[in-house]
Amino acid sequence: MFHGSTSILIIVAVVAARFGLGRGIKAVRRPRRRTAPDDPTASGPRRRGATGLVLHQARYDLRTLARNAQARTATIMLPLLLLVLFLGMWGSDRVAGAAASTYYVPGLVALSVIASSFTNLVVSIVTQRESGVLKRRRSTPVPAWVLIGGRALTAMAVSLSVSTGLVAIGWIGFGVSLPAEAIPAVVLAAVAGSLCFCVLAYAVATLIGSAEAAQPTVQAVMLPLYLGSGIFIPNASLPSWLRQLASVFPVERLADALHRPYASAAPGLQVAWTDLAVMAVWAAAGLAVALRRFSWLPGAGRTA
Amino acid sequence: MSDPIVHARDLRKRYGNREVVSGVDLDVRAGELFALLGPNGAGKTTIVEILTGFRCRSGGDVRVLGADPQTAGTVWRERVGVVLQESQPDPGLSVRECLSLYAGYYRAPRRPAEIAELVGLADSLEAGTGQLSGGQRRRLDIGLALIGRPELLFLDEPTTGFDPKARREAWDMIDGLRRLGTTIVLTTHAMDEAERLADRIAVIVDGAVVAQGTPATIGGRDHHAHEITFTLPTGRRVSMRSAQPLADVRALADWALGRGIDLPDLEVRRPALEDVYLALAGSPTTTDSQEA
Repeated sequence: MFHGSTSILIIVAVVAARFGLGRGIKAVRRPRRRTAPDDPTASGPRRRGATGLVLHQARYDLRTLARNAQARTATIMLPLLLLVLFLGMWGSDRVAGAAASTYYVPGLVALSVIASSFTNLVVSIVTQRESGVLKRRRSTPVPAWVLIGGRALTAMAVSLSVSTGLVAIGWIGFGVSLPAEAIPAVVLAAVAGSLCFCVLAYAVATLIGSAEAAQPTVQAVMLPLYLGSGIFIPNASLPSWLRQLASVFPVERLADALHRPYASAAPGLQVAWTDLAVMAVWAAAGLAVALRRFSWLPGAGRTA
Repeated sequence: MSDPIVHARDLRKRYGNREVVSGVDLDVRAGELFALLGPNGAGKTTIVEILTGFRCRSGGDVRVLGADPQTAGTVWRERVGVVLQESQPDPGLSVRECLSLYAGYYRAPRRPAEIAELVGLADSLEAGTGQLSGGQRRRLDIGLALIGRPELLFLDEPTTGFDPKARREAWDMIDGLRRLGTTIVLTTHAMDEAERLADRIAVIVDGAVVAQGTPATIGGRDHHAHEITFTLPTGRRVSMRSAQPLADVRALADWALGRGIDLPDLEVRRPALEDVYLALAGSPTTTDSQEA
């Protein structure tokens, strides 16, 4: 176990150097190609197609995220660090007859999905709205769905990359294996969870009035949900009333949908349809709130 | 004679029972630089937000580039550039990346390097937006608004908070934009800015246009009484208003010379735009409310 965590610490350090610390000092790189970004007219006077526009937006949103130290820490470093710590210290504990590691890996995958697709996204939306960035972008011909799609795509890409890293580290470094036939269930849960939390992020951003309030507000809501949903503490060890309360919320549903494929000894797809359905209901509610309340202008959340 | 680029009749905006824009008429012609001059809270930004389609009006008729901004779509947005009063640069990107990002939103954008040249950021193309000074950030804002080759550009308070040097540089730059043939609507609370840049000015006070004209004629400035001031040998300072300054100065000169008096500090002053503006804008008792 011990040599496992040591090797993983090295991997984390390498990942950190690649994504995080290396870019921290020099925030802005020279673009690799000099001519292409300079000459968008090369393709003629037609605007990019829908997919092209979304990818164009996502490319720059990803750079923005990658160059923000706080966002890097919260979405990439923290889940990786917690995984290594939890698995290294308590991974081999037994909880309700199962290894605690089978809770921690899916729990932290859920954390990473939520960190990118919700927490960081809410902060990013509120900050860019309040600083007038969103309003300025909306004064151009770019359609609203391109801005939302590009940013959500960025969140999903980071969510799924970090999740893949967590699963791989758990598997290779700590022997937390996943039956091959259960992989689609994990992927489906992560993608669905990411989508659900992106929608919720656009809804919750409408309730927060200032960039300063975004981070603490979201953390204050999320921390109790994390604790009650088997993210930090295997939820098999929690009192049943707390588990039932937590199961109302999408955090627990996502963690559970990810946990099932890991926990089950039985072969099969292990898709947690009920969990996905509950997340879909939350996403629908979030969509309703976002459609009703979302604004691109500063000061939008202040009336809430 | 083409239709006006911006056409507004009886434009109104109400929040609850407070009317912040009450019956504004505007006509901005192709190629001119039109200034909306008024104190903070006069409703300038609200008018611009209505003209750029960010807010719905409560009443009146508005056409901008022949379309209603409230319902105009993507094609219309291709033709309009907007520089907002308060907007931070896109975080984490370099100047070049910002310009490339916005260029990607348009069909036929200018090249980022060309824009950087135009707004005086050619040496800062690779700088991160976080490293830019206030004046440079404003230049980037204007560059972002120009990248789609707009026919009409809105500049909301482009030099607020600038030191005198940065202000002068910004003025030169905005003046240079006329060469592009772009029609510009500028809002400002600084009369020297309006006087320096604008072809025509509308003075807005409490949501209404109280005067409209060129910097030389606005508020009847060209007809207004001139001020003649001089000091008598007794030490008494005299100030008089005159509708025909040349004749009055001649009479004064005859009178003084006849008595062998010299009037060394004789001064004839046309009313400054500032005087006209302050008279129009009223006493500074207007509430110091934030511009909506």
